[in-house]
Amino acid sequence: MDPVTDSATTAVPASLKVAGLAFAYPDGHQALFGVDFRVERGERVALLGPNGAGKTTLVLHLNGILTPGAGTVTVAGLPVGARNMAEIRRRVGIVFQDPDDQLFMPTVREDVAFGPAAAGLRGAELEARVERALALVGMAGSGNRPPHHLSFGQRRRVAVATVLAMEPEILVLDEPSSNLDPASRRELADILRSLDVTVLMVTHDLPYALELCPRSLILSDGVIAADGPTAGLLGDGELMRAHRLELPFGFDPRTVAPRP
Amino acid sequence: MGAGHAHRLHRPGTSRVHTLPPHTKLAAVLAFVVVVVSTPREAMWAFGLYAVLLAAVAGVARVPPGFLLRRLLIEVPFVAFAVLMPFVAQGPRTEVLGLSLSVSGLWGAWNVLAKGTLGVAASVLLAATTPLRDLLLGLQRLRLPSLLVQIATFMIRYGDLITDEMRRMRIARASRGFEARGVRHWGVLAASAGALFIRSYERGERVHLAMVSRGYTGSLPVIDEVTASRAQWSRALALPVAALAVCLLGWTL
Repeated sequence: MDPVTDSATTAVPASLKVAGLAFAYPDGHQALFGVDFRVERGERVALLGPNGAGKTTLVLHLNGILTPGAGTVTVAGLPVGARNMAEIRRRVGIVFQDPDDQLFMPTVREDVAFGPAAAGLRGAELEARVERALALVGMAGSGNRPPHHLSFGQRRRVAVATVLAMEPEILVLDEPSSNLDPASRRELADILRSLDVTVLMVTHDLPYALELCPRSLILSDGVIAADGPTAGLLGDGELMRAHRLELPFGFDPRTVAPRP
Repeated sequence: MGAGHAHRLHRPGTSRVHTLPPHTKLAAVLAFVVVVVSTPREAMWAFGLYAVLLAAVAGVARVPPGFLLRRLLIEVPFVAFAVLMPFVAQGPRTEVLGLSLSVSGLWGAWNVLAKGTLGVAASVLLAATTPLRDLLLGLQRLRLPSLLVQIATFMIRYGDLITDEMRRMRIARASRGFEARGVRHWGVLAASAGALFIRSYERGERVHLAMVSRGYTGSLPVIDEVTASRAQWSRALALPVAALAVCLLGWTL
C-alpha cells in the first residue's frame, strides 16, 4: 500500500482528493482544465454545473475509467492507477443515471451480489452483504424479482444498493433525482441521509442539492468555479447566472429552513 | 410491461423433475438426444419406447399432454420438409394409396420425423420444468464458454426492454399518422430498425461502463453455485440410460 501523504494533517485521509486534473478526449476536445478539490470522510457534497461542463468526464476519472492527461485522483489515500484498479472500483461506487444500465443481471439479488462476488466474496458472507444492502435502501424481500418488474423509483434504489453492497468509501451519484416522482424523490433523499458514507452527488436539481448537501462545488468550463456552502452559492444570483445555473420558478434558497 | 414474456415455455412446479439441478437435466436431455439420433431408423418399435419414456417423465413432472403437444407445434416447418422427401427422393418406388413414393424418401422422412419429434419433446420438457435463469446457471456449471452464457443472460434481461423501446417507437410513428402500407414505407421501418440498433448499441456501452465500475474483468462471477448429489445425478440420468438400453437392443435385434 502506498504511504498516505496527507495523514500528517488529518487523522483520516480525505475520501476523495482531486489535484490538477486535466483531460482531453482523443478527438482533441479538452473537457477538464486542472480540477482541484477534496471531500472529507462523511461529507455530502453536490457537484453542480451546466450541461457540457465536464461533470460526467470528471466522474469517470474517479474510478479510473478515464485516465487523466495530467493530475491525480486519490481515494482514501490510494492513488487511482492501473495497479490499484480493483480496489479503487470497490471503494468508489458510481450510481449511473439510468438504472436500466446499472441493473444488468436477471434478478435484483444477483445484481446486488455482482460487485462483491467479482471481488471474491462467496456463500453466506455474500448473502449477508446483499441482504444488508437491500435493507439499507428499503428493498429487503425483493431479491428474487427481475429488475424490469420494479417501478422506476425502486430500480433507482436497487441501483444504489448494488453499489452499497461493495461497502464503498464514497458514493458517487449521477443525477440521482432524474425521472423520479416527488414521493420517490423524497424516499431516496431519506435513504441517502441515513447512510453513513461519503457522498458526491452530480446534479442539475438545485433544490435537491440544497436539501441533501451542506456543501457544493460548481464545475464550469472544466474548472471548479466555486466551492462553498450550498445555500450561499445558490443565493448568489450573479455567480449562478455566470455559470448557467437557474433555480426553479418560485424557489428561493433564503426562505428554505435549514434541516435540523 | 412484458411480464412473463420470458417464461411462456416454463410451467412452475415442485415435482421430482422440477427440483433436479439444472445441469443434470441439461446433461440428461443431451445424452437422450444423442442416443435417439444414433438409433437405427429401421427399429421402429424403439422410437415408440422412447416416446413412452418421455411420457413417463412428463407424468412424473405433471406436465399435461396438451401443454406438451401444443409446444411441439414449433416443429411444423421441419415436418413440412419431411413430408416432401418421399416425393422428391430418388431410387426404387412403391405405391401408397395410389401415389408413387420413393422408398428411401419414406425412410428418410420417418427418420427426420421420429428423431426430430423426440428431440423437440425432450427439449420442451426441459424448458417446462426449468426456469430460464436456472438453465443458464446449468450451462455455466457445464462449462459452456462464459461469453455465450453472458450473451444469453443479457438477452433475458434486455429482451423486454428492447421490445418496449420498439413499441414506443411504433406508437410515436403511429401518433404522427404513419401506417406501414406496402413497399413505399419500408424505408421508414428500416430507419426505425436502424435507430433501435444504435440505441441498443449505445445502451450496451453504458451497461459495460456500469459493469466495469463494479469490478467486471471479463467473466461473470459465480453467484449461485449449483451442485448435484449422486442421487440427483442418477435420477436425472435414468432417462438416457433407459434410452441407451433400448438403443442397444435396436442395434442387436
